Amino acid sequence: MNEISNKWIGKNTVRPDGAEKVTGRAQYSSDTTMPGMIWGHVLRSPHPHAKIISINTKKAEALAGVKSVITSKDIVDFPLDTPVILGIQDMRWMCRNVMARDKVLFHGHPLAAVAATTEAIAEKACDLIEVEYEILPWAIDIEDAIKDDAPILHDHIQFNGKPSNIAGTLEHKKGDIEEGFAKADVIIEKHFKTEAVHQGYLETHSCLVSVAADGRATIWSSSQGQFMVRAMTSFLTGIPQSNIRAIPAEIGGGFGGKTIVYLEPLATVLSQKTGRPVKIVMNREDTMRASGPTSGSKSTIKIGATNDGKIVAAQGIYYLQAGAFPGSPIRGAAGCSLAPYDIPNAHTFGYDVVSNRSKVAAYRAPGAPIGAYGVECVLDEIAEALKMCPLELRKINAAKEGTKAVHGPVFPKMGYIETLDAAINHPHYKAPLGKHQGRGVASGFWFNAGGESSAQLNITEDGNVVVTTGHPDIGGSRASIANITAELLGIHHDRVSVLIGDTATIGYSNLTGGSRVLFASAMVVTESAQIVINQLKQRAAKIWGIDEDAIEWENGEARPAGDNAGKFAPLTLAEIADKATATGGPIGAGYQVNTEGAEGGFATHICDVEVDMDLGIVRVKRYTSIQDVGKAIHPDYVEGQLQGGCAQGIGWALSEEYIYNKDGHLDNTGFLDYRMPVCSDLPMLDTVIIEVPNPKHPQGVRGVGEVPLVPPLAAISNAVYQAIGKRSYSLPMSPPKVLKIIEGN
Amino acid sequence: MSETQYLAAKTIDEAVTAHSKANGSARFLAGGTDLLVQIKSGIKKPKLVIDIKKIVELNTIKEVSDNEFVVGASVSGANLNRNNKFTKLWPGVIEAFRLIGSEQIQGRASLGGNLCNGSPAGDSVPALIAAGCIAIIAGPDGKKEIPIENFHKGPGKTVLENGEMLVSLKFPKREINSSDAYLRMTPRTEMDIAVVGCGVNITLENNVCTAARVSLGAVAPTPLLIKDASDIMIGTDLNSDILDKVANLCIKACNPINDKRGTIDYRTKVAGVLLKRSVLIAIDRIKGN
Repeated sequence: MNEISNKWIGKNTVRPDGAEKVTGRAQYSSDTTMPGMIWGHVLRSPHPHAKIISINTKKAEALAGVKSVITSKDIVDFPLDTPVILGIQDMRWMCRNVMARDKVLFHGHPLAAVAATTEAIAEKACDLIEVEYEILPWAIDIEDAIKDDAPILHDHIQFNGKPSNIAGTLEHKKGDIEEGFAKADVIIEKHFKTEAVHQGYLETHSCLVSVAADGRATIWSSSQGQFMVRAMTSFLTGIPQSNIRAIPAEIGGGFGGKTIVYLEPLATVLSQKTGRPVKIVMNREDTMRASGPTSGSKSTIKIGATNDGKIVAAQGIYYLQAGAFPGSPIRGAAGCSLAPYDIPNAHTFGYDVVSNRSKVAAYRAPGAPIGAYGVECVLDEIAEALKMCPLELRKINAAKEGTKAVHGPVFPKMGYIETLDAAINHPHYKAPLGKHQGRGVASGFWFNAGGESSAQLNITEDGNVVVTTGHPDIGGSRASIANITAELLGIHHDRVSVLIGDTATIGYSNLTGGSRVLFASAMVVTESAQIVINQLKQRAAKIWGIDEDAIEWENGEARPAGDNAGKFAPLTLAEIADKATATGGPIGAGYQVNTEGAEGGFATHICDVEVDMDLGIVRVKRYTSIQDVGKAIHPDYVEGQLQGGCAQGIGWALSEEYIYNKDGHLDNTGFLDYRMPVCSDLPMLDTVIIEVPNPKHPQGVRGVGEVPLVPPLAAISNAVYQAIGKRSYSLPMSPPKVLKIIEGN
Repeated sequence: MSETQYLAAKTIDEAVTAHSKANGSARFLAGGTDLLVQIKSGIKKPKLVIDIKKIVELNTIKEVSDNEFVVGASVSGANLNRNNKFTKLWPGVIEAFRLIGSEQIQGRASLGGNLCNGSPAGDSVPALIAAGCIAIIAGPDGKKEIPIENFHKGPGKTVLENGEMLVSLKFPKREINSSDAYLRMTPRTEMDIAVVGCGVNITLENNVCTAARVSLGAVAPTPLLIKDASDIMIGTDLNSDILDKVANLCIKACNPINDKRGTIDYRTKVAGVLLKRSVLIAIDRIKGN
């Protein structure tokens, strides 16, 4: 780590996007408009599973105002036998998800799109498209999808030698679990169930695409990665990447759900065909029906421990819904669930199960909350059986520097135990509880990621700084990068502007996800700043006519050092910038690298609930999340990430769920019946920031954004148990379900 | 894309005549918090929307005699809530009305609209039934009055016929030693729809109940006045044994459905719980606690 003065790092500076957002001027993707623009609308399947016998678009095309109608024939086909991987997606599934081929696989699956002069005409034209279906039996839940006689979604997918909806598996093994369980004094095995939940971003998907007469496409859209948008659109339309420019808009929430495209390829093809800019905006209903939730799951967790509290063996078997196409986050469930613990014998196994639901997309630590839910609940039961404090039990078994994790790596220095100590010593943990109140704890881990990042740091003519990076800012990266740049250059934070470049103005940058953005972009910005500081020293050397080695950069100015110390008055950044033309030209530098050294993050949460014993309503009364964040570059934003994750976890645990009706249709496509918590449902969500710097990062940064969603499901479940004396093994703990548990039915 | 005409009526006659002429294709618009959403989502496609907010009588709160109120059908929640005397006399009606939507919605939503929307789960309706409120309706043949408990015919259906319009809600003269209360069960604390709603309105003289009305919402195709439950409260001191009996009669009166918002079993149990809790709140209010 660099020695740093911490004048700006760790300060709650004013967020650069704040004024525009609170005054309604920030440009989100649906704010974008162009002369000559027309509107697209998507026709979606009314059935959960059906063969498409024919699609007749003639009547739609004949409607006045309609400019083009497209179907899967207009989207590049990727044959089923050849995987084409881009990030966590496979183009075989992507091409079929954005536009159904041969079969529709979920209610809401797109199968045609129209461009017309108005939104209303495009919508009416969709009604005029005649589709002949052969309706097939469907499977929505995991149990139904893995039955022997289950309707098969994809004939080519085989498991144990026959067609199956189990599309893949993943396994981690350490030691010998049979041997481990034989040594256990107490063994607890339980079954758990969770429902699919949506990321719940307020801004629905939308885009505007203009394909010009020369064939070059410009895409304005809200996503977590303009380069991802460019690459996927290129794959799915056949337009070369270099002929596509993707411009990121401000983003109204993503949480992982905007690491994928739905509309951009369709709007691109429609624009290509009509020669007009095409805009498509998804409404809330379509967003709920057809954009990714995260998986529902069923799992079995078995843990054995000796009487002194040492875990000797653990096993986790996970089935995760993938939706209509393979790719559920089994890695997050099987990989993260046991990571906080040093367990000699462990085995985790994940099944990727397809069913007639919308394809899942990433959601904050994908799979890890599901993994931690069962493990952290069973640990609570082990602690109870051993009459131990649940935090002490975790401490006895805590992973630390040098522990080999079940999923493979050996941990470097990290702060899990610090979160446990902070929880044990927190006033919350000792506070008295009222009637029908209970307290639960749980821990959680997320991998965090590195990957490609690019930055450009330019000194303006008037001596200020503009930094451009390539990652949409969904959690405070611009404010944090401004802090770091100000720190490194020794100037006031106000003098740094941070922008998000588009695919043509900044080098390739991997998408915003995996809690990677600040980790990675801080690294390339740090390197860029070092280069720029050297340039500034060179310019000062030229002005003074001395050797550049005899100059140091301090507090935003060049100072003569060594033998020359005191011989010249220091030159400020502004003074050097003013003479830039005479001393060699513009000052600025960029840096690009595939970053490595992202280390995992750990958290421990404490939750108090109160249960209405007559109505089964659970209310969270107090919540404290404690997390090792490496280094909090902008503490308010870090706190916001922790609170946001907890709020989403409270929703997942208590009230959010995808509800399908008997026809295989999603029955709660709006926020009235898809119950995300509202402000009054939540107490103040307290946070404790632990800083055990990541030794592999110049500022010590660890990813922050995803870990906070890992512990809440179990922390809340364990608290409900303490309040009512009975355990729930399924989520959400909705009032009817909780009342049934209380009444013992 | 059928065209929709908009008419801002100035008088009751103008509104009623226009509605009558439209032969079932017109809708009255008060705050629009239900209607506009229904039009936008394609559930309703009226050819004519008749805005009734500009009709003075419909937008007026009137104390016709001491402690006796008539509230215009399009008076907004925010406006009614600002009437200190009304809120003091009918705290149960106000707390039910206040539950409809957010602060912004409250600026538009009206008691009349909540009633005419015809939802079995409308929050203000059980409170209005418990209050003994009367709907004043104007139509081609003049005005008529209907008790709120007879206003609904089924989900989304009311007694209003073509050309008929809800003009106002007439509250009975408020007796001393009376109060009301409304409770609803929702999974969320706000911005939600009642799984069960329960309104009670009672009068106590020397700790003896002399008048009582109990109403339940969201447990049947229409909001219900639970007559037998109301009647057995009269002449008692509302002790816990009586409340158990009243709760059981409420449970018996329930005829709910299983849906995404609640099960039959759950809704029925909740009705009994809410009854007891809301009676206790009303008693507290009478005693000034």
